[in-house]
Amino acid sequence: MRHSSITVGAVAAGLLLGTAAPALAASDEDLSTIRAEIKEMRADYVHKIDSLEKRLRVAEAEAKAAKAAAAKRTPATAATTTAATTVEPAPVVLAAAPPPPQAAAPRAPAGPGAFNPAISVILNGSLSSFEHDPSVARVPGFALGDAGLADRGFSLGESEIAITANVDHEFLANLIVTINHDQIAVEEGYIQTTALPGGFTARAGRFFSGIGYLNEKHAHAWDFEDAPLPYRVLLANQYGDDGVQVRWLAPTDFFLEFGAEAFRGDAFPAGGAANEGVGTMTGYVHSGGDIDDSSSFLAGLSYLRSKADKRDTGGDMFTGTDDLGIASLVFKWAPGGNPTVTNLIANAEYFFGHEQGDFNGVPVDYNRTGFYVQGAYQFMPQWRIGVRYAELQTANVPIALVGSTLDDFGHSPQATTAMLEYDTSEFGRFRLQYTYDEADLRPNNEFVAQYTVSIGPHGAHNF
Amino acid sequence: MHRILFGIVLVAAASTQPARADLSVFACEPEWGALSKEIGGDKISIYIATTGSQDPHQVQARPSLIAKARGADVTVCTGAELEIGWLPMIARQAANAKIQPGTPGSFEATSFVQLQEIPTRLDRAEGDIHAAGNPHIQTDPRMILLVAKPLSERFAELDTANAALYAQRYADFAQRWTAAMTKWNVAVAPLKGVTIAVQHTSWIYMINWLGLKQVVALEPKPGVPPSSGYLAEVLETIQHQPVKMVIRAAYEDDRPSAFVSERAKIPAVTLPFTVGGTDEAKDLFSLYDDTVKRLLAAAKP
Repeated sequence: MRHSSITVGAVAAGLLLGTAAPALAASDEDLSTIRAEIKEMRADYVHKIDSLEKRLRVAEAEAKAAKAAAAKRTPATAATTTAATTVEPAPVVLAAAPPPPQAAAPRAPAGPGAFNPAISVILNGSLSSFEHDPSVARVPGFALGDAGLADRGFSLGESEIAITANVDHEFLANLIVTINHDQIAVEEGYIQTTALPGGFTARAGRFFSGIGYLNEKHAHAWDFEDAPLPYRVLLANQYGDDGVQVRWLAPTDFFLEFGAEAFRGDAFPAGGAANEGVGTMTGYVHSGGDIDDSSSFLAGLSYLRSKADKRDTGGDMFTGTDDLGIASLVFKWAPGGNPTVTNLIANAEYFFGHEQGDFNGVPVDYNRTGFYVQGAYQFMPQWRIGVRYAELQTANVPIALVGSTLDDFGHSPQATTAMLEYDTSEFGRFRLQYTYDEADLRPNNEFVAQYTVSIGPHGAHNF
Repeated sequence: MHRILFGIVLVAAASTQPARADLSVFACEPEWGALSKEIGGDKISIYIATTGSQDPHQVQARPSLIAKARGADVTVCTGAELEIGWLPMIARQAANAKIQPGTPGSFEATSFVQLQEIPTRLDRAEGDIHAAGNPHIQTDPRMILLVAKPLSERFAELDTANAALYAQRYADFAQRWTAAMTKWNVAVAPLKGVTIAVQHTSWIYMINWLGLKQVVALEPKPGVPPSSGYLAEVLETIQHQPVKMVIRAAYEDDRPSAFVSERAKIPAVTLPFTVGGTDEAKDLFSLYDDTVKRLLAAAKP
């Protein structure tokens, strides 16, 4: 095809030169006649070439079919047929040139395995070092859910197996199993619609709530090794539970999304599956867009209301309600929108919490606030640095609870973190992190070295 | 509370685009946006998700893209896993049944042409490879024509009222494109057999079209940025097998090719790679005009 069009081009150029030279002295009328003639001629040639190519293709296909048929008819002499084919001169000449592009019918991989769900595995390993014993660390003023510090020394960390596929044309299913300290748990397992009209998406099963910004992301997708202090203290790292979710994406030019969820209410800060097993309700709105070619943002307001029925946190019993509001802002920057060489991710979230009820038999009603600010900057391909600062504020406790878990001893917990990261690829990451942890009364120096790898199909990540 | 919510919904509804074209196209890359424009004319509205300065492998599923995908009737993308890191997330979050993978509203250009460099070994140790083959088909103008026809048919299928118009615009485009290809094919004759180094292996289709010879790639594996040690190896290869130029796409980091260009004393050629990759590449026609011009300039003895 390439050869033929070059020849035609040369012929056309020759014709152009030949006709253009006398035309220099010709009138406008002549010129337009000539132009019309050239145009006609060109169209004619294009048409002729097209039909020639078509004939060639048909001839090739026929030849191929004939050959295949011949091979089929005489299986005994198939070898000689093949040998004869390879010494035919014409195909050898063609083979020297790169194959011209060809149209292809849409393909699909064959075999029963093609319907297997996509399976990916995340492996994590870490080496942690603490100046003071992490197993006795607490955050004065706060009843903690299952959100202790890591153990000292080597640890496999949390390994994750994710399995996902479309169920049918209406919805998909996703299962994420974690293995942590040799215990297997279902971290997420849900079905989600793919074809609801009107911008609605519904989900049911076990999943991380869409509140805040980091909550929905899996730990391996965070920019630091651990959750920021407010997430750790107020949500036991992140809120996931059994329930249903509905999201609606508004038909706007900018991104505007509303979401609401109802959960069983078993996970901290809820507990005991209160309210007949519908103990937690959430609502949130997310909005965002591009600021310019290089910058984009996502902002969110979230609200979580959970009921606790004899919630047990290390021996402390709480029955009552927990309200938590979160304001989130994420900003991402990459020069020209291309994050390959350098990019920045900055995010901050503000938490406002209120608990009311009965704590170890004492009526309580108190507010707590907290925030974190963090940034991770890729300064050259494969290398990132990050810093994070987090702080919590407690309220005064009733006299009866002085000296208890809820007594902050006049201390406001803080933590400052720095990290350095090296990515071998999108799938492999090595990270060093240091935290000056003032969450407890006695400051702690914490170091962690961590690797995270992902194997299996390439995942798609949210913002 | 309800009144506030209702107010927000009203504001949201009011801010949607009032004048809608017949077919709303979400094009993943500028070349497919440009081709959609050629086929659809003013019967379609086009949102192009990426620019010529962005690496189409590395795009974030940004809120703005999700908002635009929500109202799309069709996504026109490269496919062959080029957009695997972001498009599935956008299609899912956009909650738009029309553009889910496998539906007529999900058009993938690479499924209509024969792909090259289909890996014989599917292993991440081979770098950023694509199971279906090299997806960068837009570097060969013949591919554009092969994709144009099924695209016009898809538009006709999705918007039957304008089917005749899409067919007619395709015929017109095919004629203009064939004429332009005739012109390019004459112009590029001096490029036949020219040896090149490439930064990323994005150019196989252009290499086949022009009869170029790729001697070496600057990336040790596709998608893996080269270390200076590896670039020294590349320079050694170039000493034994001289190349005329080193080629990179406009969106790629200019340092590796600049490093090689300086030391091997060969021109570093920045090619637009897609519409908008360079100032000159304003549409599909000028994309190849500019590509050919830049290659010819560098190949001059």
